Formats: sequence, structure tokens, C-alpha cells
Amino acid sequence: MDYFLELFFGGLTRGSIYALIALGYTMVYGIVQLINFAHGEIYMIGAFTALIVASVLTFYGVNTVAILILASIVAVIYSSAYGFTVEKIAYKPLRNAPRLSPLISAIGMSIFLQNYVLLAQTSDFLPFPRLIPQFHFMEPVSHIFSSAELVIVVTTMVAMVLLTLFIKFTNLGKAMRATAQDKTMALLIGIDVDRVISATFIIGSSLAALGGVLIASHIGQINFYIGFIAGIKAFTAAVLGGIGSIPGAVLGALILGWTESFATGYVSSDYEDVFAFALLVLILIFRPAGLLGKAETKKV
Amino acid sequence: MKKLLLFAVMAAMFVFAGCSQKPKEEAKAEGETPAATEQPAAAEGGVIKIGVAGAHSGDLASYGIPSLKAAELVVKQVNEKGGLLGKKVELVPADDVCKPEVAVSSANKLVSEGVVAVLGHICSGATKAAMGTYLAAKIPVMSPSATSPDLTKSGEYPNFFRTIAPDDAQARLEIDFATDVLKVSKVAIIHDKGDYGKGLAEYAKQFAEADGKLQVVLFEGITPGAVDYSAIVQKIKQSGAEAVIYGGYHPEASKIITLIVKKKVPVKFISDDGVKDDTFIKVAGTFAEGVYATGPKDTSTNPLTIEATKLHKETYGEDPGAFYLNAYTAMLAITNAIEKAGSTDYDAVTNALRTEYVETPIGKIKFDEKGDAIGAGFSVYQVQNGVYVEIQ
Amino acid sequence: MNEIIKSLKVAVWFMFLTFPIMVIKVNTVYHIIEWRWMNMAMIGIGTFLISLLWRYLLERKDKKKPSDGVTLSARAQAYVQSRPLVKKGLGLAVLAALTVIPSFADAYQVNILTVALMYVVLGLGLNIVVGLAGLLDLGYVAFYAVGAYTYALLNHSFGLSFWIVLPLGGFFACIFGILLGFPVLRLRGDYLAIVTLGFGEIIRLVLENWSEFSHGPSGIAGIDRPNFFGLDLTLNQMNGAIYYMMIAFTIVTIFFVARLQNSRIGRAWLALREDDIACQAMGVGRTRTKLMAFALGATWAGLMGVVFAAKTSFINPASFTFLESAIILSIVVLGGMGSIPGVILGALIMILLPEYMRAFSQYRMLIFGGAMVVMMVFRPQGLVSNFRRKYSFHGMDERLGG
Repeated sequence: MDYFLELFFGGLTRGSIYALIALGYTMVYGIVQLINFAHGEIYMIGAFTALIVASVLTFYGVNTVAILILASIVAVIYSSAYGFTVEKIAYKPLRNAPRLSPLISAIGMSIFLQNYVLLAQTSDFLPFPRLIPQFHFMEPVSHIFSSAELVIVVTTMVAMVLLTLFIKFTNLGKAMRATAQDKTMALLIGIDVDRVISATFIIGSSLAALGGVLIASHIGQINFYIGFIAGIKAFTAAVLGGIGSIPGAVLGALILGWTESFATGYVSSDYEDVFAFALLVLILIFRPAGLLGKAETKKV
Repeated sequence: MKKLLLFAVMAAMFVFAGCSQKPKEEAKAEGETPAATEQPAAAEGGVIKIGVAGAHSGDLASYGIPSLKAAELVVKQVNEKGGLLGKKVELVPADDVCKPEVAVSSANKLVSEGVVAVLGHICSGATKAAMGTYLAAKIPVMSPSATSPDLTKSGEYPNFFRTIAPDDAQARLEIDFATDVLKVSKVAIIHDKGDYGKGLAEYAKQFAEADGKLQVVLFEGITPGAVDYSAIVQKIKQSGAEAVIYGGYHPEASKIITLIVKKKVPVKFISDDGVKDDTFIKVAGTFAEGVYATGPKDTSTNPLTIEATKLHKETYGEDPGAFYLNAYTAMLAITNAIEKAGSTDYDAVTNALRTEYVETPIGKIKFDEKGDAIGAGFSVYQVQNGVYVEIQ
Repeated sequence: MNEIIKSLKVAVWFMFLTFPIMVIKVNTVYHIIEWRWMNMAMIGIGTFLISLLWRYLLERKDKKKPSDGVTLSARAQAYVQSRPLVKKGLGLAVLAALTVIPSFADAYQVNILTVALMYVVLGLGLNIVVGLAGLLDLGYVAFYAVGAYTYALLNHSFGLSFWIVLPLGGFFACIFGILLGFPVLRLRGDYLAIVTLGFGEIIRLVLENWSEFSHGPSGIAGIDRPNFFGLDLTLNQMNGAIYYMMIAFTIVTIFFVARLQNSRIGRAWLALREDDIACQAMGVGRTRTKLMAFALGATWAGLMGVVFAAKTSFINPASFTFLESAIILSIVVLGGMGSIPGVILGALIMILLPEYMRAFSQYRMLIFGGAMVVMMVFRPQGLVSNFRRKYSFHGMDERLGG
């Protein structure tokens, strides 16, 4: 039973990490129908910015909690700025282009950003300070669940709830939904579509940055390549849950996390990713629009 | 017209990228354009070209760049002393990003540039792919880091040499150490699914099963770069293993050891020279305490090692990276063999490599018939108080 | 003046944006912090100039839009397209140039060109799937791997020769294409993309993990090179022979794809790409047509896989990563989807550009990524736009201002 619980919580943590990144994917896709391959890189840049800020602050002897908060804030600001800029440079000019062109542009951007960080910083793995304070739970719990894991899970849940409320009730959120449904109509009723798209990129990027900071301080090291794998997994999660749907992204991410965790635990970690992708294929065969995605009926 | 403009943008971007990087890259950039630009060739009779192949860019660059630097430093010394056979030595770098298909292009490039010997490649896979090209062109190749046993044991590549011991020697040592010194009876063998890590893990498993003293309770590969390894750590715990033998590189090793300590899994951790890297200790911090790793014998007291390290620090302002000493050794061995052979002829040079001893940072070595260095070996290290200490 | 102020703003923005990563270099291993203020100035000046240029070019691009097709390149393209004789002459000239290259270029150049030609064929193969049938395939490299491993394993275990395995490799890849195609063709657009991506990863992971079958990550070495009429060739001659074989291969492929495009099935693909419901209503079987595209595309990848294994004489799973799929896809999109000369041009750029940029070693991939973005922004329809595209209803969105 213990073993099962351990795997369960391991999967939950992993799923929550995917979820934070997947939310950005799903929001962007919902609005501009673009697979934003550079999203993983935004996450990586968030982690790097946090590392840089944390190092500088440590140098000047600021205390840990203040560092965690400041580093997160700066990382979020910078990641949003990068997300915003990437959209303006690589996607906005392509809004009316053939559907695949922005995809290629996104892949190019992803390669560019990876190498930018590689050149400006280093190709080595850098240790990331463990910013999340350690506190110990009582014994039966403590070897199953650590404080860092708890922080990650809680952050994801809070982020999802806030985001859902935001999309449901604020003006900007409503504008986002309108834009997602029909860009032209949204424009006609006076929604500034460009602004909405920028806002989407900014929100998605901040979540990714938050994910970056949390995961980096949980795992304890980063390099310029971490965004790529995490990005692919998060994208898989978003599709699994039904791309465009916010609860879907979180659900998909958690399922993916659990699948990987249990596959490793009960079968073999050799085929952990095979299980993840096989599950994706299976689910899509039976629900072609993902778990919570709405199947579009196309009218002729 | 449009294309012209497009070109202009690209040119501008390049200029921009170029100059914005320059200041901090200065040291590197100087190194990048090696001997070639500095000397307008020797007075008489041209130059001797030696290729340096390996990952000079991409995610494995940190394993390839130190070799390039080592080669440059050795060549600089050789040229200051008047060169080889009265000619200046020139390095021809070729980047293979550690990919087999790129390595073949790199090899072709080096062959067509007319190199007489090659230092490289860095990764075993890339080396295997490139060897055919060098063999056909009769060029001796010496790798500082390709540890795949096949390269020498298969006997297919008589032109291959290396200054690092092959993986099976390391696996042997790990198993012996686990049985005889640590006296454990159950091990979990974990690897990173890579050429190096999985190869090593498979040898370890094979030796353990052949000996019969050590029970392998878990044999699994992990996905490098995954966001979390808690599931595999739980599985190790569940398996009841007393020790973990990990085949792979330090980034994953440090993640796993951190989780093992955090989750209070009572296992000893034994790994390989991909982990016997100071970065591992720096990254894993206190979690690294007590970890065992096999690595090339400690040669830090060897005067040549001290000199090589000092030279690197003076030139580049930092400590040398991975395989630096092996590459330094290889370059010394190559230049020495050419000197002793008195020509750059393939047969003469390979013969000299096999017969002439040379003083290097890793000891006094020559090469056996298959190309492995005689005199290069492994020992076991343990992390104690934040440094690797040789214990066997 | 306005433009200059805007560019200044952009420069300031970028100086802010790149501040932490470009200016501060941290090394947490040695606890060193390095401040590189010079970089900031460089970024400022650099972005200012680029921004000016960028604005100017974008403006030009926007202005031109209403009267599409009057640019020099478009006119040249139309000219060539409308005169079959010129087209043939151009083709022959390129062919002649390619044929004589090995007589003066060295082995390295020939090798690069061979690789580029392989990617031309791969690009044309993927073009059937993506460009003609409009199915986004992000796991194309899986079929390439199937071909490569078919030859490597059959050669390794049974000593079968290149010429026997070549059709077999295509055949196996084709079977895989159909096997994958069946369950997933119901999926639309990007769902299909992620499933194919997953499929590509599954194939690679299986090759990596199933050591008994595929020799695992250490790969298979010593694969026989092709045998040309029983001649005993040196390595250089062998490279030359493979090069000429690839030229022949490319010509056959071009011929085949060109004929395919204008055939019944080719037109069915185009119709399906534009609107699959209308297409079904017209009586085109959707599943069959899509499967056909998948299978044919896969066959080409399989054939190239065999050639790849024979050429490098060593393969391991690391050669078949997602990045490879992305590069082949980029070739198709960059060159212009559905256009044969476009794909050829795209392949030459994508493969030769990084190869000849080796001089810039470290900046190579940075420039490569940047160039991909720039090219897409300024020529979203690809380098050579497909003529058929003219009839699609593009103007609609624009007029509505979307």
C-alpha cells in the first residue's frame, strides 16, 4: 500500500509540473490554434532568470524566503516579457499565413532561444538553490511526500482555479473566450484581438515561469535543454485532456504523470514514455478531441 | 530583390549575434581559430595537420571543448619548440555534435583536409560511425573518451587508439568493489539508456551474474532529462537492493542520489567516470556524500598533470573540463609518435604508438595491439567532505 | 523619424529583456557572478538596427500584398512555369551541374551534397503527406528509422545485400505507415500531429530499449556499403558512386511525385486537404485516400533509411530523434508546401546552410533557428509558392481584417 501511495504522489507531483506548462500550451492553442513549440523554452528561461536573480541575491546575503519570492516575481516578469516578444516577432506577422508556417517559425524560435541561453550562459548543468523551505511532516507521511512536492501540487491547483475564475468572470477572460470561438466576430464586436492574444501569451508564460522556478528548485539543477522535453510532455498532456480546455490540460497532465509513475513502478521505466504515448493514442482513438475537448461538428 | 533583402537581414542578424557575443567569448574565439591564424606557416615545407573531432557545439559540447583546448595547448608548446619534423603543427577542428551521421561528414572533411592523425571523436557512437572513413584513408585515430569496448576488442579498427580504459574494465571494478569491499549481496543496476550508460550497465549485469555472488534485483533504464525520478527511486527501495550501480552521466546521477537521500532509501550508490566529475559534487551538494565512483587512476601528483592543469588555468582562467587530461595525453602521444617515427606515414606512426613509451599526465604509456593504453586504469573514489578521495 | 523612435523603443525593450541572461553570467558551481555590461550596449545597438530593417521589410511585405504575384521572383517563377521548355532546360542545367561536381570538388563536398539529396527525397516524400494530403506528420523520422534498421538488421544477421533490402525497406516502412494510419486518420489536424510525434518517439524508444532485437543504443556498426556491379571501390569512389545513385534516386522521385500530383489520387489529396467533408460528398473515399498518402510517404522514408544505413555504415537510435522530423518538416514548409522545386530548394538550404556555417561553429544553431523564423515571417508561403494555391480563398480573412 505504501508503495502504491508513493507512486501515486510521485505521479501527482510530476503531473502537476506538466500541468503548469500545459496550461500555457492549451491557452495559446485555444486562441490562435498554434502549437507553440517555444513554450518549453519560456519555461527554461523562467528557471534561468530565477537562478540568476537568486545567485545575485545570495551574493548580497538576502534571506531564503525573500529570495524565493523575489526570484519568482522576476522570473514571471521576464518570462512574460519573452512570451510577449516571441509572439510579436515570430507569430503576429504570420497570423494570416498558411497554418503550418507559424509552426515552423515556432520550431525555429525554440532552437534560437535554446542556443541563445547556451551561448550567453553555459552548456553545463548548474545547481539550482533549493529555495522551497524544508519542513518535515509526521513519519508515515514524510517519506511519501516532501514539502517541495506539496508546494508544487498546491501551486498548480491554485493556478488552475484562479485561471478558471479569471477566464469565466473577468472582462479580459470573456474577451479571450470570444476570441477563441471566432476571431472575426470578436473583432467586429469591438474586442482588441491583438491585445487579447498578447495577454494570453503573457499569462501562459507566467505560469510556465512559475513551473520553471518550482521544478528547478525541486530537482536542484538546470541547463538550457530542460525546456524541450518538458515542453513535449506538457503538449502531450494538453492534447490528452483536450487542447483548448483548461481543466482538460490539468486532467491530462495528471493522467500522464500517473501513467508514467505507475508504469515505472509496476512495469519498467525502460518503456515509461512508450506507455505515455500509447495511452495518448488510445485515448485519441476513442475520444478524438481529447478527454474534455469538445468534438467540433463541422458544418458544410 | 526580395531575396537580397532577406539576405541583408540575415547578415545583420549575424553581425549582431557576432559582436554582441564577442567580449565574453574572446578567450574562446582566440582558441577557436587555432594555430592556423597565428603563424603564417613554417618557413619551409608547409605544416602537419592534425584533426580534432568531437562535440564542439550542442548539448554535449561540455565533453568536447576541453579536448579541443588540450590539443591547442599541446600544439602551442610543440610549435614553440620548433614544431614536428621541422614543420609547424596545425589543428583542424571538426564538430560532430556527437551524432553518428554528422561524424561521418566530419571525418570526410578531415580526410579531405589532409590530416595525418585525428584526436577524437568524443562519443563512442560517433567514433564508430567515423572509423570506417579513417580506416580507408589510413589515418590513426586516438580518442580521449570513447570507452565502448567494441572499438578495440572487435579488432575491426587497427587504426584506433584510446587514452581511456574501456567500459568493461570499469564494470568489472564496480562489481568487484560491491562484492569484496562493500560486501553487499543485492544490487539494482540503473542506466540512462545511452550508449555509454547502458553498455556499462550490461557489462556489470553480465559480470555479476557470472560471479554468482551478487544478485541483480533490478535492471532498468531511466529517461535522461525527465522532470522527476521519484518513481524509479521508490522502485529501488521496493526491490530491497543494498547498492545501486548507475551507468550514465552526472546530471541524472545527481537527481537520483538527491531523491535517494531525501526519501531515506538505505542504499549505497556506485557509479562510473561519467559521474566522477567535480560538477556532480557541486550540483548534488551534501547529497553526494558517500557516493562511490570509478574513474581513471588519480594522477594529480604527476608533474605533467600539474603542468597541464596550470597551463589551462593560465590560458583560460578556469579549471579544465571533462577528459582534458586524456586529450592532453592523446595529443602528446600522437606528436611523440610522429616525432619518433620520423614521418607521418601511417605504418610508421602506428608502430611508434605501439612500441614507444611516452611520459604523459596519466603516466608512462604505450598502446597494446588492440589500441588500449597500457598503463591507464581505474580506481574507486568516494565523495568525502565534498571531494573525491581515492580509496582503492 | 517615427520609425526611428519606435526602433529606439524596441532597442530599450530588448536591453531590458536580455538583461539577466546576457549581462549577468552566474556560475553556481563556483559561486561566481560576472557582469558583462558591454553586451547590453551591443544588444541595444544591434536591435536598433535590426528593428529598423525589420520594420522596413515588413512594410514592404504588407504593401505588396494586394497585388500578389508582381514581384520579380514570382514573375520569374510564372515565366518558368508557363514555358515547359525553359523548365526542362533549367532542370537539365541543374542536373549537368550536379553531375560534374565530383570531378572537381573534394570528398567532403560530395558527401554533403549526397546528404542534401537524401533530404530532398525525404522532403518530397513528406511533401506527399503534408503538402498534398494536408496531414501534419511530426513523426516522419519513424519510417526513416524502420528503413534503416531493416537494412542494418538484415545485413547484419543474414548478410542480405543493399539492392535486395532496398525494396524491402520501402515495403516495411509502407506497412508501418498503414498500421499507424488506420487508427489515427480519424483525428484532425493537430491531434494527428501529436499522435505521429508520439509514434516516432515510440519507435525510437523501442529501438533503444529492445537490445536483443536492435542492439540498443550502441547501434549497429559495420553495415555493408552498397555493391555497384561487383566493383571493388575505394572509399572515395564509393562516396562518388553513392552520390550518383542519389542523383538517379532524386530524379526518379521527382518524376514520380510530379506524375502523382496530377493523377487522380493526387487531385483527391488536394481536394481532401482543402475540405474533407465536401470531398467525401464528391465520392472520394477519405480513409483510403489518406492511407494511400501515409503509405506512399512512409515508403519513401523507408527507402532513404536503407540508403542512410548503407552510406554511414553505422546507425543507432540517436539519429532518429524528433529534431530530425522537425527538420524534414521545415524543408517542406520552408520550400513551399506542395511545390516540388520548393522542396528541393528547402532541402538544399536547410542542409547546406548549417553545414557551410560550421565556420561560425557555436553560432551555427543560433543563426539557423533565427533564419527559420525570419524566412517564415517574410515568406510564409515558402520560397516557391505553389501555383494551385492561387485558387484558394485566402482573401476572405483579410478583407474581414482578421
